[in-house]
Amino acid sequence: MDLTYTPEEDEFRARLREWLGKVLPTLPPKPSPDDWPARRAYDLGWQRMLYDAGYAHVHWDASPTVRLIFLEETEKAGAPYVGAGFVGLLHAGPTIAAEGSEEQRARWLPPILRGEEVWCQGFSEPDAGSDLAALRTRARRDGDDYVVSGSKIWTSHAEVADWCELLVRTNPAAPKHRGITWLAMPMDAPGITVRPLRTLAGSAEFAEVFLDEVRIPVANRVGDEDDGWRVTMVTLSFERGTAFVGEVVACRRVLRELAGEARKNGRWDDPVLRRRLGRLNAQFRALWRLTQWNVSEAESGVPGVGSSVFKLRYSQARQELYDTAADVLGADCLDLDRPWMLDRLSSLSYTIAAGTSQIQQNIVAERILGLPKGR
Amino acid sequence: MKFQLTEDQRALRDGVRQLLTRRFDAEALRAAVDAPGLDRGLWRALGEAGFFALRLPEADGGVGLGLPEAVLAFEEAGRALLPGPLIATHLAAGEVAGAAEGETVVAAVDGSGLVEWLAEADVVRGDAAGAVPLRSVDPLTPLHRVGGGAAVEPVAVLLTAAEQLGTAGRVCELAVQHARTREQFGQPIGAFQAVKHLCAGMLVRTEVARAAVYAAAVTADRTDIAAARLLADEAAVLGARDCLQVHGGMGFTWESEVHLHLKRAWVRARRGGASTESEELLAADLVA
Ligand SMILES: Cc1cc2nc3c(=O)[nH]c(=O)nc-3n(C[C@H](O)[C@H](O)[C@H](O)COP(=O)(O)OP(=O)(O)OC[C@H]3O[C@@H](n4cnc5c(N)ncnc54)[C@H](O)[C@@H]3O)c2cc1C
Repeated sequence: MDLTYTPEEDEFRARLREWLGKVLPTLPPKPSPDDWPARRAYDLGWQRMLYDAGYAHVHWDASPTVRLIFLEETEKAGAPYVGAGFVGLLHAGPTIAAEGSEEQRARWLPPILRGEEVWCQGFSEPDAGSDLAALRTRARRDGDDYVVSGSKIWTSHAEVADWCELLVRTNPAAPKHRGITWLAMPMDAPGITVRPLRTLAGSAEFAEVFLDEVRIPVANRVGDEDDGWRVTMVTLSFERGTAFVGEVVACRRVLRELAGEARKNGRWDDPVLRRRLGRLNAQFRALWRLTQWNVSEAESGVPGVGSSVFKLRYSQARQELYDTAADVLGADCLDLDRPWMLDRLSSLSYTIAAGTSQIQQNIVAERILGLPKGR
Repeated sequence: MKFQLTEDQRALRDGVRQLLTRRFDAEALRAAVDAPGLDRGLWRALGEAGFFALRLPEADGGVGLGLPEAVLAFEEAGRALLPGPLIATHLAAGEVAGAAEGETVVAAVDGSGLVEWLAEADVVRGDAAGAVPLRSVDPLTPLHRVGGGAAVEPVAVLLTAAEQLGTAGRVCELAVQHARTREQFGQPIGAFQAVKHLCAGMLVRTEVARAAVYAAAVTADRTDIAAARLLADEAAVLGARDCLQVHGGMGFTWESEVHLHLKRAWVRARRGGASTESEELLAADLVA
């Protein structure tokens, strides 16, 4: 058991911290969450700055510990999130790097790193959410193209994306996990309609995407035909370990701010509320340690209890955090202009997105504890 | 950063587990329930194995290991439901003659005003005058109540957390074993999602507590220790309860060992450094 960092890691941290101190004050003000084109420009601009300073690769080929340090320091310093770059940097890019051909890597990876192209993820469909492998969007081969029809839903950033990592069914006769293919779809291809969906927080975070006879070159297929499920599992595994590092750091900061607010408005004197804040402190400290544990496990290649365990507790703790924030604010919690209250709304998605808590519990029970699969 | 156990730490943990399996198996546990009392032979065996002298410097005849190793040993003690004033004796090693060797049984007045194993102890630390026996909820932990409490050392709080972690891990295993084998409606009950989700919850609480307890063992920081204690108490108490639920009617019987885990988890959860204190300490940290 060792929680210390190597001299090289400490040096990386120090250099990064110094750089952040220099560049963050030069950033333009954050755009409004409703202004997607401005958000895209802002997020890509930040990625470009990372690229120029030599930090763009950190999600792909740095060691898990260096990634941990990067995410910890950028969050602490209040740097922008990956934002619109999320799917490209954390999903599609690493997948193409691992499974794509030489030409595919040369075509798609540099623009992601340089902050020039935005990707979105077209996995879920209206009738295929938790049961992702039930997806029905059809792709039929026609010469050098796939011709795709169907629809996708909850596609984050679809409105401003250049590319979509798209899962399609190429073989309806095969067992449902076997007939799926992974395609890179240009979002300006004819036949694509994007209809923004408003979230319960009021903004348009994601969209419905309708595909009507969209032609996608066969050359855009990553991995083999009908082998898309395996490629998808590679994609999902990239989230492992470090996906929530920055957010845990952010939650710990919010918790301190809440305690400060409670001291100001007198609610700190309520022992029940105060102790709830204390208990949340314990939870987020432990979640931070669990992150370090997962990261150091990823580093040594030992498979561990991993991301599902973390995600289950984290999503629950995050919702408790913002519910507690509401109690700190009292009646003011009904005012969306008060700090934390929009975050409270968006925290409701944490037990749903990227696999619901029920599905995560099934994974923990079946894959980690070895309980039998139900019918 | 290598948060995982080192080879030596794994070996130590396995060694303690083997010793406890040999000296305190399920049969010995039942026998202890039927005829309560401290097994002096077992106490000496623990002393010989270095359980009490683990953190005593080698120059003083100890094993010279640190808090992380002590935490691993106490986690195993928790798993095995090992009875006796283990923490009080461990903390007395090097200070009370014979404690390190397991020759002397040491009890201590706790911060909560309770004393475990008072009547069996050779030496009692703290003022136990006027102690009144309770009818202890845990058949394997005799308890006395005294007038005042004593200040609790952070190490004692952490070692309690380690024992609770052991319980949390063990009850999760017991529940999973049972869920795999017990059949109803023509299939193992573990195939039912309601049961599966109880088990998954147990593992999640255990692993979150484990990260907190091990980290606190490395940093020895008071706030880390308070967090570890809160989460380990939660993992043990809720875990034992869910384990009982998974066992159904069989879990409600005296013959099943599940109730013993729950009762011990309750006893430990009341020791000094318990939830209110830990929560206040962690709250104070937020405005420090
Ligand atoms: C903010 C947000 C962003 C998203 N972004 C994207 C994106 O960019 N791209 C994309 O492809 N998708 C995205 N999604 C979709 C997300 O992956 C799905 O919403 C999620 O997988 C759940 O699927 P569903 O919504 O169809 O719910 P359903 O699968 O219909 O589930 C409904 C309820 O039933 C429960 N349930 C379902 N099956 C089981 C089971 N076997 N056992 C127990 N309970 C079960 C669920 O837990 C849930 O409570 C996003 C979702 C959100 C909320």
